[in-house]
Amino acid sequence: MRHRDFAAFIWPSALAMLLFIALPIVSVFVQSMFVEHEQVLVTVENCGPFGCTDETKVDTEATRVLREEEPLGRFNAFGTYLNRSHLAVEEIAEILESGNGFVDVVTRIYNLPFYKALSFTLVYTFLVTPLAMIAGFAVALGVNSVPRLFRGPIIFLSLLPYIVTPLLGSLILFWMINSDGIIGATLQWLFNDPELSLKASPVLSWLTLITYGTWHMAPFAFVVFYAGLQTLPMDTLESAMIDGANRWERIRYVVMPHLTPLATFVGLVLLMDNFRVFEPIIGFSSEANATSLSWLIYNDLTGQVNQLFGSAAATSILTMIGVIILLSPVLVRTWRDFKRKAR
Amino acid sequence: MTRSIGYSRPLAIFTGVILVVWLIVAAFPFIWTVWGSFKVQADFFSRVSFWNAITGPATVRQTGEALTLDGYRGAWIEREFYHSVWNTTIVTICVTSISLLFGTLGGYALSRSSRNYTFWILIAALVFRAMPHITLVSGFLLPFFQLNIWGYLPTAIIVLVAINQPFTIWMLHSFFKSIPKDLDESAMVDGCTRFQAFRLAIMPVMWPGVITTGLFSFLLAYNDFSVTALLLSQENQTMVPKINSFLGTIQTEGTIMYAVAATVSATVPLFILVMFFQRQIVSGLTAGAVKG
Repeated sequence: MRHRDFAAFIWPSALAMLLFIALPIVSVFVQSMFVEHEQVLVTVENCGPFGCTDETKVDTEATRVLREEEPLGRFNAFGTYLNRSHLAVEEIAEILESGNGFVDVVTRIYNLPFYKALSFTLVYTFLVTPLAMIAGFAVALGVNSVPRLFRGPIIFLSLLPYIVTPLLGSLILFWMINSDGIIGATLQWLFNDPELSLKASPVLSWLTLITYGTWHMAPFAFVVFYAGLQTLPMDTLESAMIDGANRWERIRYVVMPHLTPLATFVGLVLLMDNFRVFEPIIGFSSEANATSLSWLIYNDLTGQVNQLFGSAAATSILTMIGVIILLSPVLVRTWRDFKRKAR
Repeated sequence: MTRSIGYSRPLAIFTGVILVVWLIVAAFPFIWTVWGSFKVQADFFSRVSFWNAITGPATVRQTGEALTLDGYRGAWIEREFYHSVWNTTIVTICVTSISLLFGTLGGYALSRSSRNYTFWILIAALVFRAMPHITLVSGFLLPFFQLNIWGYLPTAIIVLVAINQPFTIWMLHSFFKSIPKDLDESAMVDGCTRFQAFRLAIMPVMWPGVITTGLFSFLLAYNDFSVTALLLSQENQTMVPKINSFLGTIQTEGTIMYAVAATVSATVPLFILVMFFQRQIVSGLTAGAVKG
């Protein structure tokens, strides 16, 4: 394809991505370098019958003018990245110095908002990804063994948790695990504990969110593995049987190599999607016990008093760095493949 | 098939049990909530027994019938949910059609060129695909306030189209790759321009791929929460952020059923979509895996 044709075809798509993905990334970076203006203070002298006193007041008008003139705020360089609500460098140094024992240090670091969100995001990503893959593979094996006639309806029902809007799916489950809902009430009855609530303790809310994540993502793994099982190389399987391979050997040397590329693909997509976990935290209103990086950004942007653009932008940049680190093995491998092909 | 993988009897029983458990886990929450949305709060969130949600004694007491439309009436009429439904319709239709227009052109170009920059565009798209949407939104807000375009439907539409592009061009690129190059090249030998070859020779055989990709664009626009919640003003809200704003005000007795009814109203169209397009959705989910 000629350069000119290529450009003529690609430009709408490229322009959209440039303007609304690449440029915002730059904009996020610039915003993260600034921080909101402090309120302008003025000192007024109040003179009454009992002498004069100095009073410090907020000059609302001057603050408004300043904010309008420089909407970005004042320049702060990397200050926002290092403050208490992000990387908290000083606090960590202090904790490491004064902490007594490993558990104490970990607990205190965990209580810093950024590290709290980071730890949940990572635990969620690295638990839900394998769990969803295992569940999906088990279901695919099951569907593969039922008569063809039933497969359509089974696939239909299986797809529902994946297709449903994440926020609405988590709300539906949230209402069921409510202590008045069917699952919540049944659990209370099972454990004979009328106070049992899945929302109260951090451990139980983490478990709830991870269960939700597995429920939501397993259908995707299922569909891909199921399609993989449909395209198994029958000739190879049959010749392996003739050569005397037993069931385990056939699975080990024919089925698994056939499914490995699919598993890599599923794993990659699940990692990307789980790392941005956000809606379930709103749906299960679990922000007291579990927050994620995406939720931190949302929380800064929907602040009650004013929106903390600088803080949200710094968290965004840190999240993007996390995404790049997650993706780096894939990027390096693709790059090597490309180099090899080019040679 | 079954025989050649070799299911032993214990394995067959084991996978059968897993399958049954999975089907209940996957489908029951939806059946339960759809049924419960026709009850009053005292039944759906019964303090006594969940059996009340099935038989509905409080619903009979309060409304005279076993099933009530009170939740739907409250959400759709009193809280003007129909307004958000209309906004969602506009957003999803526009996002899907513009995404497909841009995506087919771009995906075609990427599938027919093997130069260095093709590789880099695809890699950039992969990285963009992985970016959590909310990180991009935090970059939009301040510029949009300054330009005075915050809060309007077209803004949200174009942002969703852009966020959708990486995924769309990857998927269409792999569909176009499966169409032999000879087809458009022979059309060009016959005197077509590149664009005519694309429109007359390639597009007629591309419809399955386009429909599949369109479904996923639709789902992205329909299911989005982070972009629509932060970029749309109160009166332009689509369904998902609207339901979220219901949640803030359901403390008062009775209105939680509005949120349940609205959730069911927003979820049922998805069921119907899956029912009709199951084959395309399955082929779309596997397209990336099998081809590339």
